[in-house]
Amino acid sequence: MRNVYVTADNIFSPLGKNTFTNMDSLKKGITGIQLHKTNISPEPFYASLFSPEEKRDEELITYFERIIINSALDAMQQIDFDPGNKKNGFILSTTKGNISLIENLSDENIPENRVSLNTSAGIIANYLGFVSEPLVISHACISGLLAIITGMRLIQSGVHENIVISGADLISTFIFSGFRSFQAISPGPCKPFDAARDGISLGEAAATIILSANKTPDAILLGGGSVSNDANHISGPSRTGEELFLAIGRALNQAGTHADEIDFISAHGTATRFNDEMEAKAFHLASLSEVPTNSLKGYYGHTLGAAGILESIVTINSMRDNIILPSFGFKTPGTEMPVNIVKELKQEKLNKCLKTASGFGGCNAALVILNY
Amino acid sequence: MQPVPNISAYCLISPNKIFLDGQIIFEHPGSAGIFLDKTYDHLDFPYPKFYKMDNLCKLGFLAVEILLKGRSHEKKYSDSETGLVLSNSHASLDVDLKYSKTIHSGASPALFVYTLPNIVIGEISIRHHFKGENAFFVFKHFDGNFMAEYVSGLIENKLIKSCICGWVDILKEDYRAILFLVETGGGENKLPFNADNLNKLNESEHG
Repeated sequence: MRNVYVTADNIFSPLGKNTFTNMDSLKKGITGIQLHKTNISPEPFYASLFSPEEKRDEELITYFERIIINSALDAMQQIDFDPGNKKNGFILSTTKGNISLIENLSDENIPENRVSLNTSAGIIANYLGFVSEPLVISHACISGLLAIITGMRLIQSGVHENIVISGADLISTFIFSGFRSFQAISPGPCKPFDAARDGISLGEAAATIILSANKTPDAILLGGGSVSNDANHISGPSRTGEELFLAIGRALNQAGTHADEIDFISAHGTATRFNDEMEAKAFHLASLSEVPTNSLKGYYGHTLGAAGILESIVTINSMRDNIILPSFGFKTPGTEMPVNIVKELKQEKLNKCLKTASGFGGCNAALVILNY
Repeated sequence: MQPVPNISAYCLISPNKIFLDGQIIFEHPGSAGIFLDKTYDHLDFPYPKFYKMDNLCKLGFLAVEILLKGRSHEKKYSDSETGLVLSNSHASLDVDLKYSKTIHSGASPALFVYTLPNIVIGEISIRHHFKGENAFFVFKHFDGNFMAEYVSGLIENKLIKSCICGWVDILKEDYRAILFLVETGGGENKLPFNADNLNKLNESEHG
């Protein structure tokens, strides 16, 4: 099977408009989560959001599409990417796309075509100059990681030589009211894996990763990835963590590595009681309990369709910089199964890392990233 | 050399009619909601969770139920050996419109949970204990080429041994599902699993 290399990336978030500025903020311990008073919700809430002045739709391009275009363009410019080659593909990862367009409208005024994820993907791919058909993945909170795993598979099988994978979501009244109706939103900034964790903070971002069959000088490559389903509950995670463990096992196996060789885990860590407990159980089953682990939700909130891509990019850049970032918001261990959550920034050579994600619908995904 | 995957069965649900392997097996007049509920009654098995589902989940759930009926699929494969790879055009817009109306009058968590297209995969997985590879893609139209490529890759890489793949789409009264059961081996009526056969079956009027 062909190797799949990471060639360029971008994070476009409230913490910065490129990966460098984002990594710089993370190293300084700056979080994007703040108290916001906006028209998204009648009450103020903690989240990591773009400023309302920035969030303006243009005549032909919505702000959701704009942040993806800006993110993808920055990454593509780093390597002089050719979107005009038919072997070069584009994948869009999002949970809700332009959903804010349907809020407050009666049925006959709903712009069904404009809100379609295909329409957004077409507008973005066309703007960026792609000649191949874009692929859209909408798979709850694993969308971003599944998009990377799918991109990896499409390069391995020879469908594409290079592939741009972008993900984004904006926090609308639609999304916020739903998570609040589930009583899933923390009253304060989220605290992943902490004993006092009490729910998620939402976040806005776009992120882009470019994969290639061609070797790059720094040779970060994707070793393997897999997806599983809990087959248990549509809105609650597995009680045992066995299914995330299943995905982790297959990803390690595909990468030709073992749990004892994993140097670091970038967990999903949403800061709900059940998600973090489930992950802790899965890491225990996989013999990964002692591996340094963080969640980036304390910096960015849960960025939904961007999360898996954004968090993989931070992991990859941590590997390049030989650092492990602390899990922002974590103070006291609070999972039944112990996990090694990182409290302070550490210098460490990282050769093999694991990224995981889980979401509504009982889905789990795991990706092994290698540094050679 | 690995055995070549085949299509061992396929099910088409289009307004008011259901076909299995090209043969009509059920029809009933009425709206999408009535038709789906009548199909459930017709299949005659107790699964009270069915009534909680949104119409996208009901559509996909019923198509899989018909596809697997009498096949002992769960005995042939372990939990993680069956994949679910689904696609559609409208994602979860059908229920998004319904949820959106509840936002300002006490948002409904029971509706919100369905506002993601992959929930149909979750519902099917719970019913049949499928824990294997799964993915939900959004296309303008059914793409047999992509589907054949992606699912064949999962089988070749030994991630799964069988797969239910295809199209499940609904927006208001406009609905269509065409699902294929893919296995290495398969039954007597087997067809090779490839893009041509997927596209041909999707385009033929009776599935």
